[in-house]
Amino acid sequence: MSSIADPIAGSPAADAKAEAKADAEVKAKAAAPAITLPVTGERELRLDLFRGLALWLIFIDHLPTNLLTWLTIRNYGFSDATEIFIFISGYTAAFVYGRAMLEGGFVIATARILRRVWQIYVAHVFLFTIFLAEISYVATSFENPLYTEEMGIMDFLKQPDVTIVQALLLRFRPVNMDVLPLYIVLMLFLPLILWLMKWKPDVTLGLSVLLYALTWQFDLYLSAYPNGFWAFNPFAWQLLFVFGAWCALGGARRMSRILSSNITMWICIAYLVAAFFVTLTWYVPQLGHIMPKVIEQWMYPINKTDLDVLRFAHFLALAALTVRFLPRDWPGLKSPWLRPLILCGQHSLEIFCLGVFLAFAGHFVLAEVSGGAALHALISVFGILIMCGMAWIISWYKHSADKGASKKGAAGNADLAGGGA
Amino acid sequence: MKSARTMLGLMLLAACWAAAPARAGDAAEPAPPCDVPAYLLASESSLPKVTDAVKANKPLNVLVVGSRSSTIPGNEASAYPATLQAALKEAFPAATIDLSVELQAKSTAEETAGTLVKLVEAKKPTLVIWQTGTVDAMRAVDPDDFRTAINDGVVALRGAGTDVVLVNLQYSPRTETMISAPPYLDNIKVVAQQHDVPLFDRFAIMKQWSDAGYFDLFSTSHGVDLAKKVHACLGRALAKFVIDAAHLGPVQQN
Repeated sequence: MSSIADPIAGSPAADAKAEAKADAEVKAKAAAPAITLPVTGERELRLDLFRGLALWLIFIDHLPTNLLTWLTIRNYGFSDATEIFIFISGYTAAFVYGRAMLEGGFVIATARILRRVWQIYVAHVFLFTIFLAEISYVATSFENPLYTEEMGIMDFLKQPDVTIVQALLLRFRPVNMDVLPLYIVLMLFLPLILWLMKWKPDVTLGLSVLLYALTWQFDLYLSAYPNGFWAFNPFAWQLLFVFGAWCALGGARRMSRILSSNITMWICIAYLVAAFFVTLTWYVPQLGHIMPKVIEQWMYPINKTDLDVLRFAHFLALAALTVRFLPRDWPGLKSPWLRPLILCGQHSLEIFCLGVFLAFAGHFVLAEVSGGAALHALISVFGILIMCGMAWIISWYKHSADKGASKKGAAGNADLAGGGA
Repeated sequence: MKSARTMLGLMLLAACWAAAPARAGDAAEPAPPCDVPAYLLASESSLPKVTDAVKANKPLNVLVVGSRSSTIPGNEASAYPATLQAALKEAFPAATIDLSVELQAKSTAEETAGTLVKLVEAKKPTLVIWQTGTVDAMRAVDPDDFRTAINDGVVALRGAGTDVVLVNLQYSPRTETMISAPPYLDNIKVVAQQHDVPLFDRFAIMKQWSDAGYFDLFSTSHGVDLAKKVHACLGRALAKFVIDAAHLGPVQQN
């Protein structure tokens, strides 16, 4: 199971009383100097819930605009589901592998992380294969003179040798396939991050902020093939990942006083409301003239590639309010209505990949039948149902089908999805 | 395989027949109306040189600089620059409207920006319509570099004494999973705002036509018919846009 709360083999179950303390939102008096052991007892369902939500939203955002698109958070503010996904990934990865590092040492933790990286890499290559199939089909069947120029994008099919090697090197990435390579790079550096965190978590976070600042100052980036750059700049996005890790390893607890203060709450609300109004001017162009020009010139463009500060702040505000108003023990988390979301969040790698595939398939169906708004919405809903069904099947495999198969597999299994991130 | 797909398509189509407006029926209609919502054709920016030229009855010299989506291969006379010229002539029958097209098929904004001043010196246009972004999006050029290039180009054109209209990418649903348009659309918009340049939002307009069912932009047809119709509408819309930005309302006919 991909839970941060799954005990990793060999680790004794943490004592239950400490569990409450581990919670980020409980006011903790002790400010631990080094990282706090990720004490576990019960799964942190909120993480699963929001990761599941992020997966649904990413799927919907990858489809052409439709009715459901209006439900996604990117229409109501600066940040979107990617921020949630990367933050929670950092959080859970640090939780699981941080524990492994404290108990098993650097080498063991690194070995496990690398295995996880390999799984993500294989998933990415699998998705790329599907993408190749899709666009090869489009390239051979579609020759509309209106789009002669755009069809030039297929030119890379003329050099499959170069293209495929570049894809394996993560340098050639089609649209919508940028998240996994980012995740792979971030996970590769996780051993280093955890090792530094073990030493001084706050310094690590500081270094991460510094790297973020340097990225903006000196325009650091990773180049892509055939030209261009990575659509999610790892030098910038690492900030969210490291921040997630920092929160998981005791940072959230130390921030609890700030998080529970009313001032923070009102700042967050004010920021979110302001962001909402700015976003509104994008979708209702008639409102455009209300925005003062000075602010427009200062603010735009809001850079997603380098994780704009406005986006990061928007995510922080959302997260702070969520943590405040959705307590860890909220009974709704156990309700059957949220079960599908939580299940999706618990198998995030598989469901993420499925979502990307379904988005391709959805584009394909829409292109073939040219249906109206109803079909668009229908495809989104279908996709989400398929994701839920798959999450349920995977968890059934893990609970039932695989149980008898290998008794010794406990460690492997926990780890397999442990990064679950 | 093809028939299986068609079957699936038919089934899905039948499933939502009641809810979805049938697009197939549109093909039978005569000329599509190609209406554009007013907000997509309104611009707060102005085109003073165009205004002056028309008011002073001087010839209006338009230069379209663009990539391959500014033409229809083999049918240049039906592409939007030609229909724009026709629509402008219709609006100002008394005026002389010269229009030339400079195609730079595979140039990024940066490459084109470098050539603009020379072009302007050679052709002395009143108005330069700069269509850009597609090549950059396909090559995934760094959006910051793209913005800088547009910015430089606009400054150079203004410096050379012409009015500028920017035209962004086409809406191309079939390649949506392969070409990421949003960063380029955003950055053109930013430059347009900064320099008060009218931006003809070709992307939004075509998307609007597709959503409204005027055109089936998903079509795999190899025929040139659709391209001609879309360009005809684009040219007319662009003419309206230019006239509006130059504050030369329909009153200004004499």
